[in-house]
Amino acid sequence: MRITQGTFSFLPDLTDDQITRQIAYCQRNGWAVNIEFTDDPHPRNTYWEMWGQPMFDFKDPAAVLYELKECRKVHKDRSYIRVSAFDATAGWESVRLSFIADRPLEEPGFALQRQEGDGRSIRYTTRAYATDKPAGDRY
Amino acid sequence: MADIDLNARFHESGIGAVLAQLDAELVGLKPVKRRIREIAALLLVDKLRRDVGLTAQPPTLHMSFTGNPGTGKTTVAARMADILHRLGYIRSNHLVSVTRDDLVGQYIGHTAPKTKEILKKAMGGVLFIDEAYYLYRPENERDYGQESIEILLQVMESRRDDLVVILAGYADRMNRFFTSNPGFRSRIAHHIDFPDYEPAELLAIAELMLQDQNYRFSPPARDAFVRYLDARMQQPHFSNARSVRNALDRARLRQAVRLFDARDQPLTPEALMTLEPGEILASRVFTVAAGAAP
Repeated sequence: MRITQGTFSFLPDLTDDQITRQIAYCQRNGWAVNIEFTDDPHPRNTYWEMWGQPMFDFKDPAAVLYELKECRKVHKDRSYIRVSAFDATAGWESVRLSFIADRPLEEPGFALQRQEGDGRSIRYTTRAYATDKPAGDRY
Repeated sequence: MADIDLNARFHESGIGAVLAQLDAELVGLKPVKRRIREIAALLLVDKLRRDVGLTAQPPTLHMSFTGNPGTGKTTVAARMADILHRLGYIRSNHLVSVTRDDLVGQYIGHTAPKTKEILKKAMGGVLFIDEAYYLYRPENERDYGQESIEILLQVMESRRDDLVVILAGYADRMNRFFTSNPGFRSRIAHHIDFPDYEPAELLAIAELMLQDQNYRFSPPARDAFVRYLDARMQQPHFSNARSVRNALDRARLRQAVRLFDARDQPLTPEALMTLEPGEILASRVFTVAAGAAP
């Protein structure tokens, strides 16, 4: 099951050239670009691991792309990698744009679990098949 | 194949304006301006060639500026980012100016991340390394400068279209630096030597500096300054435009004191702007020159 989240989630994965232009857009707006990764695909897992530090003072997308490639050397096909842009302007102080740049080769998806409650009520939850295995061995 | 209108392309590229501005704002520096002109011409022709499908490697624009103190190396480097950006060679108009401290770490394993961080900051623009010869310290074989040099060389070679590196320093020390790091010399395409200024050029620089700060010489003060330059150039530690700037700063101090002492007299805006010969002639340079003469 293909996980989607963030900006452009309805599009196919961006190519490096498209990623470069998105990063250039973020830098033009003065946002700090970040690279994050995780191997827990649950949609409520919002805090991913950061690759390095937020890139506040890089003026050119080439530098961010270099870091993205470094991150791929370690995590490609084994994790989700996402690019996010943080706007530090007073009043915003939040992520303005984020998209998944890389995903594992296979995404096994989620199981739907039912829990029988009092009376005839049922509680539903989802569980990622990937998280059956310990962190680091999931993909 | 259709003819190419080089003249039209020249006009629309804005190169003429860049070169004219350079001529107007920087005094002298003939070889520097000539080289910038050559680079501009190459970049324009390169663009034309690409348009008609003649491919070539993008030219290497790493540079080394050598020259005596105060000959304008740093000033030109700061301009270079602007020039190369307007010529469309670099993507963004920014200059990262660093010295040894910013590149070389204090302990093992500290240098590489530090140098890489700076290189990433400079990407898309110009990296200016002032007094680059300090990177290499032959007297200490454990010095981390060498590690920084290796990373620099690698990036200069492999990411040529991402950044331009400009090294600057005094001529003799830079030569020694290049002799001990031959890889550096060959990776830098443009070795530009900044000549010392002529007295007339120094005077023109002084007047430009004063103009920028809304001052000016009175005619006798101008003559006094010509004599000052003659005397100062004979003395040791003369550092061209920097010495001129320092002399003018001191003249401004003396002018302020003169106006302050005469504060019971009416003051005109003219007087606030004008430097008088007294301010120049009070310089220690003249007493030293007179004492040295037999």
